[in-house]
Amino acid sequence: MTSDNLVEVRGLHFARGERVIYDGIDLDIKRGKVTAIMGPSGTGKTTLLRLIGGQLKPSAGSIRFDGVEVPTLGRNELFALRRRMGMLFQSGALFTDMNVFENVAFPVREHLKLPESVLRALVLMKLEAVGLRGARDLMPSELSGGMARRVALARAIVMDPAMIMYDEPFTGQDPISMGVLIQLIRLLNDALGLTSVIVSHDVDEVCSIADYAYIISNGQIVAHGTPQELGRSNNPRVSQFMQGLPDGPVPFHYPARAYSDDLLEVAA
Amino acid sequence: MISNRLRQLGANTLDMFATSGRAGMVLGRALAGTFSIRRGGSLLLKQLYQVGVLSLAIIVVSGLFIGMVLGLQGYTILVDYGAEASLGPMVALSLVRELGPVVAALLFAGRAGSALTAEIGLMKATEQLSSMEMMAVDPLHRIVAPRLWAGLIALPLLTAIFNVVGVYGGYLIGVEWLGADSGGFWSAMQAAVDFHDDILNGAIKSVVFAFVVTWIAVFRGYDCVPTSEGIANATTRTVVHSSLAVLGLDFVLTALMFGEIG
Repeated sequence: MTSDNLVEVRGLHFARGERVIYDGIDLDIKRGKVTAIMGPSGTGKTTLLRLIGGQLKPSAGSIRFDGVEVPTLGRNELFALRRRMGMLFQSGALFTDMNVFENVAFPVREHLKLPESVLRALVLMKLEAVGLRGARDLMPSELSGGMARRVALARAIVMDPAMIMYDEPFTGQDPISMGVLIQLIRLLNDALGLTSVIVSHDVDEVCSIADYAYIISNGQIVAHGTPQELGRSNNPRVSQFMQGLPDGPVPFHYPARAYSDDLLEVAA
Repeated sequence: MISNRLRQLGANTLDMFATSGRAGMVLGRALAGTFSIRRGGSLLLKQLYQVGVLSLAIIVVSGLFIGMVLGLQGYTILVDYGAEASLGPMVALSLVRELGPVVAALLFAGRAGSALTAEIGLMKATEQLSSMEMMAVDPLHRIVAPRLWAGLIALPLLTAIFNVVGVYGGYLIGVEWLGADSGGFWSAMQAAVDFHDDILNGAIKSVVFAFVVTWIAVFRGYDCVPTSEGIANATTRTVVHSSLAVLGLDFVLTALMFGEIG
């Protein structure tokens, strides 16, 4: 029995110390689609990916990956499950003591005993897909930020996962590498039959490739729908975020007492 | 006031126990993993080079100078009593029993331990450990275990080299420079140094120190706060804690091994 949803999150609560990060959220990630999770910085979007990947445990609620309840898994089952997920970290997180080829080959070498020639073909195939076959002998320190992220992408897909999670893939990219990444994410999703989750606050870029989007703010889901639906939303919180307005329901000013009171106090 | 102090004391104590618990778990999980010879072997070799071979220079130079100082100090004191023939045993016993294991461990903590902590801490800060976990590879097996074993193997060997070089340093100064009798130097040493009581006990010390220093180093790196400040703190703690642990344990071990002699 396979449902449409690869990941189902129900009633998720998560707190870090006193600070509540998630206060009961439900979301679904559909198979074969690109799902975006958007929200202002500091809302714990990366935390959500770590919860799905089982690196963090929720205080309450359920997270199911392909029907399996992630938070209850033991270490070995969790590791077995993670072989079906790829994750692209914000920094790329390439291993600095290995060259590009070895970085991409790393998960394969760890998990499978492939003959060297097959391994080589596999790695070159993945590097070709991200356009960096020629960069195989470079070290991570010799790569630009965009290239590093593409190598990390090749590494994330080398084990042919069912799902790939992108943590802020567009942050700090120049327009060209941004365009390359946007195209790659969509292309890989469709060509490899992946399911993609993108966590980001780059609204325009994400909306150009996402099939479905969630907006998270203050630990709750404020809105969800296709990017078009969200763009037409009347909800002031949503339109402020989608259009990037400086002031609105999310205030420009950090809470403070009246400005005049503050100033007059000095004079008095 | 007092309740605040008590609260602080309680918090510190709890923190201490929690830290020891985490350190124990890191150690247990790192050593528990099945260590395949084919894959683990090459990782171990690389780390042996990093922590062992690259520490050779400082170990050899320090060993030579400490041996030379021992020769100089020992000769000037012993010669007053006409006992310069005992220079050999003095140099050899001080090195094999105490100075070799302790000084080599202290140098090792500063040279290799701090590097281990900083390396693992930086891997944590740049999400390399996290991404490894997400690739279903346990960083405790892949990163921590080979470094732990390498330290455990390297330091006793470095200590042995330190001792040999130190004895030679003592010989250079005492015999070649100050003119003690060469035959007396070596034969008295041979007669005085016992394999079981001295060499083996010294070796046991260095194995214990190797274990403690490397454990502290890899744990501090793995447990660090992943920021520049956190890594700086972790590196400092590695050097301070492992130096203190080495000196403290040395007293305990000495009391156990040589206590009944006096």
